[in-house]
Amino acid sequence: MPEVFVAKIADLPEGERKIVQHGAHDIGVFHWDGQFYAYANMCLHQGGPACEGLIMHQVEDVIGPDKTWVGQKFSDTRVNFVCPWHGYEYDIKTGECAADRRLRLKKYNVVRRGDDIFVAI
Amino acid sequence: MELPLSENRHMKVDEFDSGKMLAHAARQAKQRNYDQFPIVDVDSHHYELESFNEILEYMPDPVMKQLAQMANAGNSKGVGVMPGGVGYQDMGGRVTRYPLRRIEKTEPGVHRDVSLTRRWMDAMGVDIAVLFPSPMLQLGLHPQVEAEVALATAYNRWLAERVLAEESRIRTMIYLPFNDPEASYRMVKEFAGKKGVCGFMVTSVRYKPVHHNSYMKIYSAIEETGLPLAFHAGYNWNEQSMTMMNKFISVHAIGFVFYNMVHLTNWVLNALPERFPKLKVIWIESGLAWLPFMIQRLDNEYMMRSSECPGLKRLPGEYITDMFYTSQPMEIPRDISLLEATFKCIKAESQLLYSSDYPHWDFDLPSTIYDLPFLKEKAKRDILGGNAAKLFKLDIGKDKLAKVA
Repeated sequence: MPEVFVAKIADLPEGERKIVQHGAHDIGVFHWDGQFYAYANMCLHQGGPACEGLIMHQVEDVIGPDKTWVGQKFSDTRVNFVCPWHGYEYDIKTGECAADRRLRLKKYNVVRRGDDIFVAI
Repeated sequence: MELPLSENRHMKVDEFDSGKMLAHAARQAKQRNYDQFPIVDVDSHHYELESFNEILEYMPDPVMKQLAQMANAGNSKGVGVMPGGVGYQDMGGRVTRYPLRRIEKTEPGVHRDVSLTRRWMDAMGVDIAVLFPSPMLQLGLHPQVEAEVALATAYNRWLAERVLAEESRIRTMIYLPFNDPEASYRMVKEFAGKKGVCGFMVTSVRYKPVHHNSYMKIYSAIEETGLPLAFHAGYNWNEQSMTMMNKFISVHAIGFVFYNMVHLTNWVLNALPERFPKLKVIWIESGLAWLPFMIQRLDNEYMMRSSECPGLKRLPGEYITDMFYTSQPMEIPRDISLLEATFKCIKAESQLLYSSDYPHWDFDLPSTIYDLPFLKEKAKRDILGGNAAKLFKLDIGKDKLAKVA
């Protein structure tokens, strides 16, 4: 399977992303929590550049023991990247659509070779 | 600029170009051969308060003008003059074109609104766009009737002279200050026939019934022009029933349908289509799913209570399907056959007009229509442009106006 160079690891620090284009492939590569993740930069909604938007912790409701709504907070564990066109959110670790986890972006394998990162296409 | 994110993080953005942001739209336009047929966008927007000081130059009332100029001083951008309330259109910045538009550069010598509008039109393959304001969609809630008139007058004159005169691909349906019927009538007389004016528009968020006798003179005047009358939907979190809602999604989802439901009901059941048989009416930005509901609901009750609606000669639903509707925000149901049934129900192949609503957060690309599996090529092209060209009698030549790269 051909591999496409993404970046030197040092050039893609934690919390950043890079968009890589190779032929018909348009791929977003994220560095998050020490891991690299790569997805098709094509929103499942209307084809927007899903990987180019904000990276946001998922908003969660805080429900009390008596089932009352206490407030909202950002998740400690779940993080999404957000399509800038319309706000579709995708789990940065799985590519699943946060609003309907039956939907997910095409995922690419990320390969580390020495100081370099590649995606297999 | 830096965008605030979750957990006290920030994202630094040095530049923004909506043409680049819409690169995938341009790719869709090329892949789908939009250069082969015209596309007309019947509902798009700009942010008129960015040009508020220019607009105020056209305001006839000197006292109101001075009040508005002061209200717009500094960073307040019209706060204090324009009605409007709480609303999170940008989703906390997730829809990045909202915060980033302030750093977008345009070419010198061209009005910023013209430049930005051309940019997205070319990216999407849109040849002609009908442009409407954004914050002014709530101007019908202004507590001072004279303020709605003054602001609408200034806006319409500014738009005609500074935007429509500069770019023939941009059109508008003139904002009518509907809380003042006489002023609305004068607006029809002043703007009918002016360059770029393709109809007249009433913002739906307001509290005057469309069947009031004071409006008949306006409808007659518009009918005589041969141009359509449109009702543009909106939301209002201060609507009494919607003050029960705690989320913007709720207010937006229901509000944009609610006001058009009220006006459409009044329009049909008061037999206005019978009184103005040549007046073409468009309902803007309520999506499509409400229409099968309205048709079924009104037809069913009318069969039992026709004595209340003696002006009708046909079923309510038959009037509804003779009117026109813009497509956005078109609901895409999990079961696509529901959408297919809706298209059939509203005679979409002749009555539906593509609209993007760009740059608002829930805009629709032309592919939302073009990619529908149940439409034939001719129907796609009619909805995307042919129906609007016929309705507005657009002078579109054979050449594609949008630059589809």
